[in-house]
Amino acid sequence: MSSPSSAPLLEVEDLTVAFPSPAGPTDVVHEISFTLDPGRSLGIVGESGSGKSMTSLAIMGLLPPTARRTGRVRLAGREISSLPERQMRRIRGDRIAMIFQDPLSSLNPYYTVGLQIEEAYRAHRPNVTRRKARQVVVEAMERVQITDAARRVDHYPHQFSGGMRQRVMIAMALSTEPDLIIADEPTTALDVTVQAQILRLLRSVQQDTGAGLVLITHDLAVVSEMADDVVVMRSGQCVEYAGCEQLFSDPRHPYTCALIDAVPQLEDDVGELRAVGDAGPSRGGER
Amino acid sequence: MTTSEVILQARNLVKEFVLRDQGGLFGHKRILRAVDDVDLTLYAGETLALVGESGSGKSTTARLIARLLDVTSGSVQFQGEEVTGLSRAELYRFRSNVQVVFQDPYSSLNPRHTVERIVTAPLVYQGRTVPGGARTFTRSLMERVGLNPDHSARFPSQFSGGQAQRIGIARALAVGPKVVVCDEAVSALDVSVQAQVINLLRKLQQEEGLTYLFIAHDLAVVRQIAHRVAVMNQGRVVETGERDAVFREPADEYTRTLLAAVPRIRPEWQAARRARAHDRRGG
Repeated sequence: MSSPSSAPLLEVEDLTVAFPSPAGPTDVVHEISFTLDPGRSLGIVGESGSGKSMTSLAIMGLLPPTARRTGRVRLAGREISSLPERQMRRIRGDRIAMIFQDPLSSLNPYYTVGLQIEEAYRAHRPNVTRRKARQVVVEAMERVQITDAARRVDHYPHQFSGGMRQRVMIAMALSTEPDLIIADEPTTALDVTVQAQILRLLRSVQQDTGAGLVLITHDLAVVSEMADDVVVMRSGQCVEYAGCEQLFSDPRHPYTCALIDAVPQLEDDVGELRAVGDAGPSRGGER
Repeated sequence: MTTSEVILQARNLVKEFVLRDQGGLFGHKRILRAVDDVDLTLYAGETLALVGESGSGKSTTARLIARLLDVTSGSVQFQGEEVTGLSRAELYRFRSNVQVVFQDPYSSLNPRHTVERIVTAPLVYQGRTVPGGARTFTRSLMERVGLNPDHSARFPSQFSGGQAQRIGIARALAVGPKVVVCDEAVSALDVSVQAQVINLLRKLQQEEGLTYLFIAHDLAVVRQIAHRVAVMNQGRVVETGERDAVFREPADEYTRTLLAAVPRIRPEWQAARRARAHDRRGG
């Protein structure tokens, strides 16, 4: 990195995303600020419509054309929110990698997974020979524990299970050794045992490479296991931003409390679930 | 609450699907046994959760029991009467006893029909009169599931996900069923809304003595609602038992794997949070 080492890996300051509406511009993300250091992970949690995915798209400069973004995004001290698209494209997929929810819709069914990882890699390393690129691809697949990677590179996406496809996406994201990984609901479509494997994998590659991780999810339990810091979003606003332990053991905002209360837990004795925004249960409410 | 009266019983359920490999009509045929010799017993007034991962056969089993699919072999008895061979007319009677709530409320509700038309449809199909007239009937159903009865002329798209799922529940209740099969009925909902719908299902069970077959992949949700749990893996039931027994001392290796994989908020954080919340309320 050419930037001063004192700067955080990612700084988001007053990030606002507005869409035009008949009643004037409407903020779907309103003045969100947070920072992330290398090797750390930040969870952004919220329910549907909270603006968590828009926040990640805004960081990557992937907003729909009608959206208007204000505020600052700095990557290792360098302002990237004002960069022209051509330069941004060089950063995306190279310094910043993305992993999305549905690996099947992110992969082209007509090309082998090896070719797709290679393509993503060579887009950012145009001078690398195909032979060398192929080697990088196999290594990337081995790193995400795809067994028999040398043979599997020539398989098509449909020949992989959901969990394996997500491994392919992670391999693709890691091939350029990014500084920052943004994962938007990476395990939401997966079975719980596969989810556990993928989360473990994400954590271990993050530890190995020292990359920062922004994890966007609706699942508070997942965030509690993965994140160092947490941003809780509701209706485009950050309602609470705190360290993970602090947030889950001593939440300050009533919405955070309500949200955590609503999460069904395996260990809990079974009482009435506290529903967010409910009038309040008449019985069995105290726990 | 739970009684020892058996309301529904499935024995040796088998469902096979014929798959064709690439090559279309002349491709190689393969048989997929999605449900493999499954036994399930539902007791009146209880919630039996059927859990498993995708491809475990849990939804197919639910559909066989609700007779939305025909069995390859095996038997399903409702209150002692065999239902696998029921004729169309006899099915009406079965369907007024066993109803289904589906996962995605929007895709299982006709977007062009009003709530009133949706929830009275099961009665209309069965050629029954709507007791008290459609409007009054719909209003009282909507009240039972916690919806504003003044919204009976609205369309599904005008409701939120949680409200739309309440419409799905209202429709299931319209015919006065004894058994409701909930096929991932709360899986698509946000946690806060999910909690509301789970509470509603529990309230309805307490008040009306409904029996639930609750299909779910989320074990934490199952813990909140089930009396008994059956775990499915690769088409077979690998473990059945009282909820707490299954959660505390799972007998089967697969159940243990499944439980270990569930993400959790650390119990000590939860304890600290509750202690603080309690202090605040107390002080």
